[in-house]
Amino acid sequence: MKILVCVSNVPDTTTKITFTDNNTQFNTNGVQFILNPYDEIALSRAIELTDNGKGSVTVINVGEVNTEATIRKALAIGATDAVRINAKPHDAWFVAYQIAQYVKANPFDLILTGRESIDYNGSKVAGMLGELLDMPSVSIIKRLDAGDSTATVEREIEGGKEILTIPYPFTAGAAEGVAEPKIPNMRGIMSARTRPLVAIEPVEVKTFSEIISYETPASRGQVKLVAADDAAKLVELLHTEARVI
Amino acid sequence: MSVLIYAENAGGKFKKSIFEAVTYARAIADQNNTSLTAISIGDVDATELAALGKYGAEKVLHVSGDKLKNFVNQAYASIIAEAAKKQGADIVVLSNTFSGRGLAPRLGVKLEAGVADGAVALPEQSAGKFTIKKTAFSGKAFAVVELTSANKVIALVPNSYKVVETGGTAQVEDFAAETKESDFKAIIKEIVRSTDKVSLPDAEIVVSAGRGLKGPENWGMIEELAELLGAATACSKPVSDAGWRPHSEHVGQTGIAVSPNLYIAIGISGAIQHLAGISSSKVIVVINKDPEAAFFKVADYGIVGDAFEVVPQLIAAVKEYKASA
Repeated sequence: MKILVCVSNVPDTTTKITFTDNNTQFNTNGVQFILNPYDEIALSRAIELTDNGKGSVTVINVGEVNTEATIRKALAIGATDAVRINAKPHDAWFVAYQIAQYVKANPFDLILTGRESIDYNGSKVAGMLGELLDMPSVSIIKRLDAGDSTATVEREIEGGKEILTIPYPFTAGAAEGVAEPKIPNMRGIMSARTRPLVAIEPVEVKTFSEIISYETPASRGQVKLVAADDAAKLVELLHTEARVI
Repeated sequence: MSVLIYAENAGGKFKKSIFEAVTYARAIADQNNTSLTAISIGDVDATELAALGKYGAEKVLHVSGDKLKNFVNQAYASIIAEAAKKQGADIVVLSNTFSGRGLAPRLGVKLEAGVADGAVALPEQSAGKFTIKKTAFSGKAFAVVELTSANKVIALVPNSYKVVETGGTAQVEDFAAETKESDFKAIIKEIVRSTDKVSLPDAEIVVSAGRGLKGPENWGMIEELAELLGAATACSKPVSDAGWRPHSEHVGQTGIAVSPNLYIAIGISGAIQHLAGISSSKVIVVINKDPEAAFFKVADYGIVGDAFEVVPQLIAAVKEYKASA
């Protein structure tokens, strides 16, 4: 089985998010970039499914040259090879369009993304790819079992879950539960240096969205403390002051 | 030019998040002096459909059929896109539910539309620009995005827009949509819905607990408090990682982002990744024995105390309040 895993390069989860240039630019100063945690889950599952010569895992990233450290991390975890489409990832549509062009020329049985990237939280690339390639897509999966011609996935729904079978090829966004993230071992790190990482140029496409500015959540006032033995006071405040119960 | 809202049903009924999305779509239609049509797919009875008029839909398109009883991402997207084209709708609104997130990107491609998913406020429209505020960085920030395409797809975050009842009854019309065989490749084998629990993503009150609870056997009081308040239960990442609670309850940057009216955090220190997932909660209550816990800095109300003493008292106080209310 040939699996494609789409990965993005995102600020580490501990990053305090700030902006510059009158709140129009994300402040990358001092920010550590990592492989998107959900993509790591997708990648780990792809590696499990193709273990012992049962296939290959290609990772693809739309990014400029500075994302190569993250791509090498994916290779160290165990991807077979990697492709970088040399462009700034303008938005989900741009990214999906570029990857779709690549897949049209290089077909895969299964295309995985993370459920969302932790920077812009779109969860759009898997669905857009599905539409561009006329394949089924599942936005958020919690389990993925691969059969010969179909896979069984578990999709999260409000207050429950749905079990689906889908014939290959299809796209899906992996969430927690699909796999335990794998940690690169020394052999992986060494071999990652020599595994193929090809950079290709993007194709031109019109985009439909622009980020104009950013805002940070309004800060809350000072916390109002209630004595530990006066839970009734808290209930009263929630009812009469906050009006939430 | 008009607005189309996809009204997702759960077992034949519309939930509050859909009423929010219809109210929101009505406001967008008003901004543009145009009409609002809703579309419902699957089995929903006529009274329930017509009731969408209360929130401002003038017309409801009803699509049903054996193959469409349950959500089929590709087929539903084809139908909504076709309805948008036939109605001349240039703005399609969805609720940012699990299914909504599956539909929005496919609709974006089909309609050549910019997609604003995770929208938290009405769009601003001036000088030919259409901008909209959406969540970014997993709740640590918001981004204001301009949609530059003629068609637009907007997915509204549940609990971020207030339901308003304005109208009366909507006119219900059957809508026959063409679907392709290839739209039905994904086959649903089983749907499991826990009916006794409040669903976390659209819960109005969330009771969440962390490592301070010491072990999964101590969740009884959390569940009891949640049930009394009609709340959903949630947990921090270390708790779901340890297998004390299911992943579906993990709230935070790499879990679910919630925006309830009330978020009660018990025995959770307040790591930046956890705070990201709950920052848009309207009121935050923190119960923690450590007065230095980071969570108190972002809380509205707090109790410094041992969860094992405070929570039972809180349960008693809520019972008393409910008995007197």
